[in-house]
Amino acid sequence: MTDSIAEVKPDEQFTAFLGEGRFMIQRGVDTGTYVFFPRAVAPVTGENLEWVEASGLGTVYSTTVVRKRPPEPSLNVALIDLAEGPRMMSRVEGIDPADVRIGMAVRARIIEAEDGPLIVFVPASNLDGKDPA
Amino acid sequence: MTSALFPRGKTAIVGVGTFGTGRAPGYEPHDIAAIAARNALLEAGLTFADVDGLFYTNSADTFGGGTSFAQYLGIQPKVIDNSRPGGNVFETWLERAAWLLDAGLINCALIAFGSNQASASGKLSRTSQPWPYEARYQPINPVSSYALATARHMHEFGTTKDQLGEVAVAARQWAMLNPEAFKRDPMTLDDYRASRLVSDPLSVLDCCLVTDGGAAIVMTRADRAADLKAKPIKVLSAASGTTHHNISTMPDLTRTALAECSARAYAAAGVGPQDIDVVELYDAFTINTILFLEDLGFCPKGEGGRFVEGGAIAPGGRLPVNTNGGGLSCTHPGMYGLFTIIEAVRQLRGECGSRQVADARTAIAQGNGGVLSAQALAILAND
Repeated sequence: MTDSIAEVKPDEQFTAFLGEGRFMIQRGVDTGTYVFFPRAVAPVTGENLEWVEASGLGTVYSTTVVRKRPPEPSLNVALIDLAEGPRMMSRVEGIDPADVRIGMAVRARIIEAEDGPLIVFVPASNLDGKDPA
Repeated sequence: MTSALFPRGKTAIVGVGTFGTGRAPGYEPHDIAAIAARNALLEAGLTFADVDGLFYTNSADTFGGGTSFAQYLGIQPKVIDNSRPGGNVFETWLERAAWLLDAGLINCALIAFGSNQASASGKLSRTSQPWPYEARYQPINPVSSYALATARHMHEFGTTKDQLGEVAVAARQWAMLNPEAFKRDPMTLDDYRASRLVSDPLSVLDCCLVTDGGAAIVMTRADRAADLKAKPIKVLSAASGTTHHNISTMPDLTRTALAECSARAYAAAGVGPQDIDVVELYDAFTINTILFLEDLGFCPKGEGGRFVEGGAIAPGGRLPVNTNGGGLSCTHPGMYGLFTIIEAVRQLRGECGSRQVADARTAIAQGNGGVLSAQALAILAND
């Protein structure tokens, strides 16, 4: 589904989509290659980009636990390979941060963080996992 | 143009200097770098006035850091380079200086760095802007980025926590032989295992030190070098490469740009890993040593953890690696890349006392920048 050409302010558009509860990534109009993070033109080819809805499906490429001083809870930080191809940093919620495994199937959800809407992931097997949008 | 055209052996390092490599309270970054630079030039019998190519950065660098340091030294160089891809920049500057010297654009290159990060803030100096596509997830950078690379290496190749520990223990054993090293108390594998996790699987003892420190090297063409005071160390080749800036865009977290640029450097130098006597790597974290040994061809990809087992890179092991104690145990003033060159030069000159590698003739000095983002190496020889 094509929404708009990323003519200007790709960061702002990405954030605006998130505010609407939509996880949008970009795709090159010539090669169809998916792109994340948001840009004004495509990497490598320089082609124009269009916004498309991400499937929200992904796989954990790598994971770490950022250890906090108790009682503050430790935090997961993970790299997620999106089903469309691009990789992004995020975190996996809904399980203990140390139980996140490389290769784990995950799905995106948008949460309301202190600084605005944020994409996180939950294990695809989690019954609590909501659709990304 | 291909890297085979690198001016092999046509330039030399004719002086090296350090200053304040543990703590240097009361000194500003320029002060520390200037004293290290004076010391490096003294070795060659030169002064600031001889420098016409200046390559400089420091722990508090801003726009104009290079011209600001030239002003401090009282010189007007023809070339000033103040680029800052990360801690690899010193090997990259060595590469560029060799080309500029060989082309005749400059006659005397000074590459210098100064940092007061430990005395000023007690933390690694941070000059890059946080990137929202990562920062909002609150990684502790740079540790978490390297932790992600470590976790992936463990997953793909079975690398173990104890193998990371071997790297830390080997670095400490070398540091104990180096009077200039900051951490010289004994450390065992059990000490390592007891070390607190910071960002899994990396613990405190997987991470480099936070110190002050300045360093400098001086380069000239090899013909002029022969007339100077110190024994010249020839630059056989140098090469640089980059793959990404932020860790989430690194194509393969187990393979750095060093794999590609080391092949170019070996080809230009006409040597291979089997010809290298001493290896000085930028060990910001223990995984670095493992990754870089692989990417430099000392073992196949994925074998780095097994390669370092059994004290193989410690004093008396089969390959001398980070003979000053490295960023893990000698010094890490925020950008460590210049110190690998200096230790390589000192080993090739044969002035390393109880840590001296016997009959060292060729060495690699490697630099790493960002979060495995930018890589560079120099291959040096003493004849």
